[in-house]
Amino acid sequence: MSAAAVTPKIRIRGLSKSFGAKRVLDGIDLDVAAGTSTVIIGGSGSGKSVLLRCILGLVEPDAGSIEIDGQDVLAQGRREQEATRERIGMLFQNGALFDSLPVWENVAFGLLARRGAGRMSRAQARAHAGTVLAQVGLDPSVGNLAPSELSGGMQKRVGLARAIAATPEILFFDEPTTGLDPIMGAVIDGLIVDCVKRLGSTAIAITHDMASATRIGDRAAMLYQGRLVWQGEAALLMHSGNAMVEQFTHGRREGPIGMELRR
Amino acid sequence: MSRASARPVCRTGFGRPGVNGLAGLVAALGRAVLDTIGAAGRLALFALNGLSHLLRPPFYWRNFVASFVEFAFFSLPVVALTAIFSGMVIALQSFTGFSRFNAQSAIADIVVLSVVRELGPVLAGLMVAGRVGAAMAAEIGTMRVTDQIDALGTLSTNPMKYLVAPRLLAGILALPLLVIIADILGVMGGFIVSVLKLGFSPTAYIANTAAFMQPMDVVVGLAKAAVFGFLIALMGCYNGYNSRGGAQGVGASTTSAVVAASILILCFDYVLTEMFFSR
Repeated sequence: MSAAAVTPKIRIRGLSKSFGAKRVLDGIDLDVAAGTSTVIIGGSGSGKSVLLRCILGLVEPDAGSIEIDGQDVLAQGRREQEATRERIGMLFQNGALFDSLPVWENVAFGLLARRGAGRMSRAQARAHAGTVLAQVGLDPSVGNLAPSELSGGMQKRVGLARAIAATPEILFFDEPTTGLDPIMGAVIDGLIVDCVKRLGSTAIAITHDMASATRIGDRAAMLYQGRLVWQGEAALLMHSGNAMVEQFTHGRREGPIGMELRR
Repeated sequence: MSRASARPVCRTGFGRPGVNGLAGLVAALGRAVLDTIGAAGRLALFALNGLSHLLRPPFYWRNFVASFVEFAFFSLPVVALTAIFSGMVIALQSFTGFSRFNAQSAIADIVVLSVVRELGPVLAGLMVAGRVGAAMAAEIGTMRVTDQIDALGTLSTNPMKYLVAPRLLAGILALPLLVIIADILGVMGGFIVSVLKLGFSPTAYIANTAAFMQPMDVVVGLAKAAVFGFLIALMGCYNGYNSRGGAQGVGASTTSAVVAASILILCFDYVLTEMFFSR
């Protein structure tokens, strides 16, 4: 097993997906090393969310392979896929909190859903939810509220708490700072970095917030028209030398990326 | 379970405007037929998938109890009022008709037959389709467009098992209970009008009702109710589950859930009546 040391946690090869005539992903190759964070930037509709959904098994790609710890996820049976999914936590763009359940049950949902070994009683799960809420800077009493009673920033934090509650090996963040004010955005970014460090998780974040990208990421990649046009250190994002990345990160109207006015 | 996996699209040169009038018409007709068959197939697979989760653990009791209470208990007032007034109207209407032939004594018979065999299950079904089916489609549809269904998938919970299976079972079990109550209240409605307005003797009316009511009628009425309850829950879940496109999409799926459930209830009512009563 000497190869295990160099096997990336997530290895994606030739991943393609089309919706009708539109090619959303067009031969993506991406490696994410264990314990690192990769930020994927790209314009709206560039296929960032679809990429995450493919890895999660929520969208079936047309071609390509996705390996997690060297195991091809797409070739797995349903039960194995479910087991793989249990190792992944995801923070959805708008939180996607279950509005019929109180906050604590949202946070503990994955723990309560577990079968067999990792199973918790409701009382245990509730106590654990309080601990996790504290980790994202929320008072455990927030657990008794309904998600609709929370502000946008608090909903994001609860979403983050839900994603990390089961201490997943892999964490996905879908536009974690969208819709938040810059200070709350920085707070969420800080929490994300803390959580990833503390859990030792491998993370992929997608965003078009440059400040957030440089704060969260170790490495960065840019997705444009279904292809990864640039990969490199996240620190180099603002001066990458790549014309497309330069245009995107500096928000210029003139450049190689034309405005797509009409599909 | 990929929500976005494309449905088959018919791509022929026909059907484009101006290619060829007749061929275009035929192609459009063919496409409509294919779409309908495809939709029926997807619905059937959805139903089988949902039902199969009833047989495989885990079962989410909390969700079942919540939908059952919504289905049965909170629909009681609506169903009760519908049943009482229907029974009263039948008594009144059949009196005007039957008094011409001096056959007023048949009123008890007409009321109990029509309520127990038809009006109880159908009217309860239609009322519940409007109340519960709509709410179900709106709730599940909102969960779909706000990514909550995808979130279930990432939290090791199968959305079909968590959302759909408990609701289907609640529908199948709750509607027969409602219909028992609707039957009783419908007969009571007929009794009230006959005794208070039409001058029947209470004891004779009850004796007539008891003499004409067949256990088989009640059983078939309840079987119908179970089927209708299943259809309401199925259409609510299916349309909600496949909603897309924000608030407007959820509204559209809510409408289709109610319309489809109501039409299916009436269709299946005929089919089941044909099966059980036409001998």
